[in-house]
Amino acid sequence: MTLAQAATSVLLGAGGLFCVIGAVGLLRMPDVYTRAHAASVIETIGAGLILAGLAIDAGFTLATAKLGAMALLIFFASPTAGHALAKAAYERGIRAKLARPGAESEAVRGKDPAQ
Amino acid sequence: MIYVPAILALLVTLALALVRAFRGPTLFDRALAGNAIGTVSMLLLALLEFFTGRPEYTDLALVYGLLNIGGTIAVLKFFRSGDLGKPALPAQERR
Repeated sequence: MTLAQAATSVLLGAGGLFCVIGAVGLLRMPDVYTRAHAASVIETIGAGLILAGLAIDAGFTLATAKLGAMALLIFFASPTAGHALAKAAYERGIRAKLARPGAESEAVRGKDPAQ
Repeated sequence: MIYVPAILALLVTLALALVRAFRGPTLFDRALAGNAIGTVSMLLLALLEFFTGRPEYTDLALVYGLLNIGGTIAVLKFFRSGDLGKPALPAQERR
């Protein structure tokens, strides 16, 4: 096994691990906003590590250019989709689950909750 | 093969995201899970190119990613305003 293959297998394994972590968060988090936070792990570090591992494996070829295009697509599209999702959920009246009820209105008014 | 662990991990990720897409509870959870499934499918197609040695799969992954972002934005815009063509509400009417 050459050095490039070792680097590829480490990066692919780490990327797969982060994808599974993001999916477990997607399943176990309590509301839609925290689930969006967990799902962004898949789209940032999971996708980044897997695409980097494949690019090392492919070397300077056309496949690496296509992987770079995929990386650009993911890194521009997934924050856009996340923003659209959170905004759509907020405008349809879905509110975040809070540890203390009423903490959101205090934050909006800028009032110190201790008073 | 060095690609097998990542492929298995991505299949597990797909299964977990599919469970979230079925369980909901709101529509936005389903849209989020659908978006995650699209991203993971792109990565899986990119891995399959190297696993099978066929160079067509990254093109499929690019097309799938473009369709996924368009579909996600269209669905979210539709369920935000209830209409694909209607402009967003003015600022003071929001919330």
